[in-house]
Amino acid sequence: MKSYFFPLWIVVIGALSLLPFLWFVLTSVKSAAQITAIPPQIMPAFHADFYRSAVSEHGLFRYLANSVIVAGSTTLISIAIGALAAYALTRFRFSWTRFYLMLLLAISMFPQISIAGPVWRILSHMGWLNTYQGITAAYVSLSLPLAVWILSTFFKELPYEIEEAALIDGCSRLQALSKVVLPLAAPGLFTAAILVFIHAWNEFFFALIILTNSNFQTLPVGIALFPGEYTMPWGEIAAASTMATLPLVVLTLLFQRRIIRGLSAGAVKG
Amino acid sequence: MFPSFLFIVIFSLVPIFESFRLSFYRMILTLPWLGQKFVGWQNYLDLLADPVARHSLATTVIFVCVTVPLEVLLGLAIALVINEPFRGRGLLRAVVLVPWAIPSTVASQMWRFIFNDRYGLFNYFLFGDRTELYLAPLADPQMALGAIMVADVWKTTPFAALIILAGLQAVPDEIYEAASVDGAGAWQKFRRITLPMIQPAILLAFLFRTIDALRVFDLVFVLTQGGPADSTNVLQFYGYKKSFAEGMVGAGSAVSVLVFFLALLFALLYIRVLGVRVLKAR
Repeated sequence: MKSYFFPLWIVVIGALSLLPFLWFVLTSVKSAAQITAIPPQIMPAFHADFYRSAVSEHGLFRYLANSVIVAGSTTLISIAIGALAAYALTRFRFSWTRFYLMLLLAISMFPQISIAGPVWRILSHMGWLNTYQGITAAYVSLSLPLAVWILSTFFKELPYEIEEAALIDGCSRLQALSKVVLPLAAPGLFTAAILVFIHAWNEFFFALIILTNSNFQTLPVGIALFPGEYTMPWGEIAAASTMATLPLVVLTLLFQRRIIRGLSAGAVKG
Repeated sequence: MFPSFLFIVIFSLVPIFESFRLSFYRMILTLPWLGQKFVGWQNYLDLLADPVARHSLATTVIFVCVTVPLEVLLGLAIALVINEPFRGRGLLRAVVLVPWAIPSTVASQMWRFIFNDRYGLFNYFLFGDRTELYLAPLADPQMALGAIMVADVWKTTPFAALIILAGLQAVPDEIYEAASVDGAGAWQKFRRITLPMIQPAILLAFLFRTIDALRVFDLVFVLTQGGPADSTNVLQFYGYKKSFAEGMVGAGSAVSVLVFFLALLFALLYIRVLGVRVLKAR
């Protein structure tokens, strides 16, 4: 099906995907005069000024630390709880297994606005607004559908005989899970973890309503609410954006295969 | 099993029922002494009577109807390219994923910069040095929604492409070989083999993208705050303002129930239209 134009398509797709963001990254290392220059200047002066002022005046490191804490703990908890659920769903024959998976799928499609108000009030009753545990609890429940779906497709592919042998040799269910199933399912756990991490790292809507105190806000909120009335601090915004995106771009470049497999496992096999 | 269920119940199931319940009550956070009062369908009637709400519904539907087909079409084109074997395919796949991986508020600020009215790339590409012609797309009611659509298509087409790619990978090569032997051309192969085989994947791409586009929020929040003149005030943003900025919990809940059923409606529609054809093809 390949034609003469094929290499052209590769270039076009690659450029459209990458160039807009690359432009923003270049902006972050330009000088203030370069940012507003017409015609636009492509080569930056490689100033680190915007990174310095993003850190010193806008608390970039605080947002970064909050994001690491929230996305990190969301990932760990979701994967631990999700693995237990996925194991139970694939190993015991419950009549409602399929129903539970469908329920999870339906929940993942809820518009955020339709649960945001009550979630806010529940967290408010618990005194968990503006806390790490509050936002993490909300994120865990948001990412569980994804985690359980991906993990159960991976668990299904593991042969049951190996576990059976472990059970006959006197392992308990939990031992079989931790000593036999989990090591074998490590690639699946890792895939689910990457996707949950990216999701939690990028989430904005719930972070916006639950974290109103800037001491607890994550990077997406910090970037969206960047102060600026008449002149936008584009250099600082670009610097913060680059910092927020760098870990994700590295993850994507390294684990492209896993991410694609994980996303399609969640989507197509359903 | 149980811990996952607990989380889901507390933070997803209870809230959705609570939203349904509260949509029949009058509850205003700024006037707490009024308490919760059952008002029946009043919130929904108010919503229907509110021109801003009606306009918001129309804006959301237009947004979905323009962006989703574009994203699926472009996603199909990208998927066809990154499904072919060539050197550097893994790298291109990773590059295609970049817009998907970028935090949406970062993508929003990036497009806000590109659409800047004095030094944005958008204006430079259109008008070059003639700065007197420069437009302010985000401040113009005629253009703001279009600008948000561009940003949304850029950000979410990769996801549609991945879903369709997974469909393409499931088509066995033997069928193409057999078709070649029978003398089928490239277009015939695409029309008669590829398209029917990946129809379920295309359906899924439509479904996921529609449900996601119905809840577009981040781009609107950063790029336009619903303005100018409510031209980009999509439902999720309208509901957010009602519930959280104005504290109108009952009215906000009615909006959220509306968005919920809209998503359900689209889902059922697609499954009916495309799903039946898929079943027949089997």
